[in-house]
Amino acid sequence: MSFLVLEDISKVFPTAVGVEKFDLSVERGEFISFLGPSGCGKTTTLRMVAGFESPTTGRIILNGEDITDRPPNQRNVGMVFQSYALFPNMTVAQNIGFGLKIRKEPESAIKQRVAEMLALIHLEQKGNSFPHQLSGGQQQRVALARALAIRPQVLLLDEPLSALDAKIRVSLRAEIRAIQRQLGITAIYVTHDQEEALSISDRIVVMHEGKIEQVGTPFEIYNFPTTRFVANFVGSLNTAEVEVMDPSAGIVAMNGIRLTSASDLKEKRKGDKVMIAIRPERIGFIAEGEKENVFDGKVENITFLGSVVRIQLRVGGTVFNMDTFNRPSLQLPQTGDTVRVTCSSKAVLVLSE
Amino acid sequence: MKKNVFWNWFWIFISLVYFFIPLYATFNFSLKARKGELSLLAYQQMMEDPRILRSLIFSTEIGLLTILLGLLLMVPTVYLVRLKAPRLRPVIEFISLLPFVIPAIVLVFGLIRTYSGGLLPLTNNYTGLNFLLIAGYVVIGLPYLYRSVDAGMSAIDVVTLTEAAQSLGASWPTIMLRVIIPNLRSAMLGAAFLTLAIVLGEFTLATFLVGLKAFGPVIWQVGQNRAYEASALVIVSFIITWVLMGLINFVGRRGAADGSVAAGPR
Repeated sequence: MSFLVLEDISKVFPTAVGVEKFDLSVERGEFISFLGPSGCGKTTTLRMVAGFESPTTGRIILNGEDITDRPPNQRNVGMVFQSYALFPNMTVAQNIGFGLKIRKEPESAIKQRVAEMLALIHLEQKGNSFPHQLSGGQQQRVALARALAIRPQVLLLDEPLSALDAKIRVSLRAEIRAIQRQLGITAIYVTHDQEEALSISDRIVVMHEGKIEQVGTPFEIYNFPTTRFVANFVGSLNTAEVEVMDPSAGIVAMNGIRLTSASDLKEKRKGDKVMIAIRPERIGFIAEGEKENVFDGKVENITFLGSVVRIQLRVGGTVFNMDTFNRPSLQLPQTGDTVRVTCSSKAVLVLSE
Repeated sequence: MKKNVFWNWFWIFISLVYFFIPLYATFNFSLKARKGELSLLAYQQMMEDPRILRSLIFSTEIGLLTILLGLLLMVPTVYLVRLKAPRLRPVIEFISLLPFVIPAIVLVFGLIRTYSGGLLPLTNNYTGLNFLLIAGYVVIGLPYLYRSVDAGMSAIDVVTLTEAAQSLGASWPTIMLRVIIPNLRSAMLGAAFLTLAIVLGEFTLATFLVGLKAFGPVIWQVGQNRAYEASALVIVSFIITWVLMGLINFVGRRGAADGSVAAGPR
C-alpha cells in the first residue's frame, strides 16, 4: 500500500464544491505538487491532509492508518504556510523548538535538534533573532525548519514561495527540494506556478474546478497533456480545431493543411472535429529532407524573450507561436515574410475535452 | 522629506499640548491650596482623609477584577469568532457598541431591578453588589475591550498562527497561552489601561451600587467643597493608573519570558 492515500475525497462547501472525487496515492519520499489556478481545490485538499478541513466523503490513510477524523495536532504532519506563520513572540530557535517542547522532549534533545535544523537551513547565527529581524526568505526557511523539526510523516507546503521575490523563489525552491531529498521526507507542495511545479516535483497533480485533470511526472505533464486545460495551463501552447481525415493513419486537416499526429485517433471517425495542440518549441524552420507536417506561415510578429525568440505565424486562419533558441547564428525572417516550418507527428497532440 | 518631518513633529507637539495642558493645569491648581505659594497641602489633606485612600484601594481592586473578567470574556470570544465564525464579527461589533447608546443610569437600574430578587438576588449583600459593579463595568468597558483585543488579533493573523501551532501538535490551551495571549500583550494592556481609567473615574454605577465606597463618588463629594483636594485626587488616580499599567506590563513580560520555550544554541 502507498504511504499516503487519498481515497475518493470530496469536499462540499455551502455554496460550492471544493473538491470532487479526488484519488491519489503517494509513495514514501515522493515530492508531489498540486498545480492549478486559484479556486481549483488544491489548498482545500492540502488542508484536508493537514486536518484543518474535514472531507465530506472519502478517507485519508497515512502510513496504513486512517487519519480522516484525527485532529490536526495528532497527525504528525508538518505544514509550511504562505505567510510563514512564525510566532512573533519567540526567537528563531524557540520557533523551531516549539513542536518538540509540546512533545515534552528533554531540553538537551531540543537544543540538539534546533541546532541541526539551523544548520540545515544555513541560519546557524540567527537562533536568537526574532522573526521580524529576518528577511522573507529567511523567515520561510525558519518555517520549513520548524515544520521539519518534529520529524513529520508528511511535509505540506502551501504556496510557500508566493510572497517572495523572483530570485529568492528560484533559490529557495531548489533548497526545499534538496532538503526534502536529503531527509527523504514525503512532501506535498501547493502552487499555481507551473514553472515551480515542473522544476521541483516527482509528480504533478493538475487540478481544475475541484477535480484532478491529470497526474504525471513533469515530463509527462508538459509533453503529453491529456486535456485541453492541462495543455493550456502548463506552458504555452498552440491549439486548433481540426478535422479527422484518416483515423488509422492519424491524419487530420487544419485549414486545408494535412497534419499527421502520433496520438491515437482510432476511436474517431473521418469527419470528426478534434482539438490539437502543438508546443511552440516543437515547431521549427524546415531542414533539408523533412517532409512530415510541413506548412507555410506568414510572420506577423517577432519577440525576443532572452534565450528564446518567439515568432508569431499566421497559418491559414490560425495564429501559431514558434519558439527558437536565440543564438548569434540565427537568421530570422522579417515581419510579413512567408516561412516554411515543420513539426514532428509526435508534437501534434490530440486533446480530450 | 524635511517638510514631512516638520509636520510630523508639529502634529505630535499639538497632540501633546492638547493632552498635557489640562493635566498640567489640574496639577498646578492642586498645588495652590495654600494661598500665595505652591505646596503639597492638598495632597497631605487627601492622605489624611481615610475615606479617600479606602475608596481608592476599593476602586483599584474593582478595576483590576473588571480587567480580569473582561479579558477572560473577550479574548476567547474574539478569538473563537475570528477562528470559527468570522461572519458573526459584525454582530459582535454591534453588541460591543451598545454601551455607547445605553446610558449608565439605565444599565444600573436594569441591574438593580433584575438582581434585587428572583433566582439570583445580589443586591442584599456587599459581595453581590461588588459583583454587580464589576459586571456593569465589564459592560461599560466592552467597546474598548473588544476593539483593543480585535485590533491585536488582526495584527497577528490568529487563524494561521493557530493552524501552525496545531500542526506542531499544540492543544487549544497551549495555543492560547503560548501563542495567542503573548502576542496580544500590548492590545490587552491597552484594553486594561482604558478599563482601569474608566473604573477609577466612573460615577453613576458606583453611586447607585456601592455609594461612597468607590473612588468616583468620593471625588465628586470632595469636589463639592474641597476643589484643591479634588484636583489632587485626579492627579493621584492618573499616576496610579500609569503605575499599575507599568506593573502589568512588567509582570506580563516576565511571564512571557518564563513561559517561553527553550532557546536553541547560544
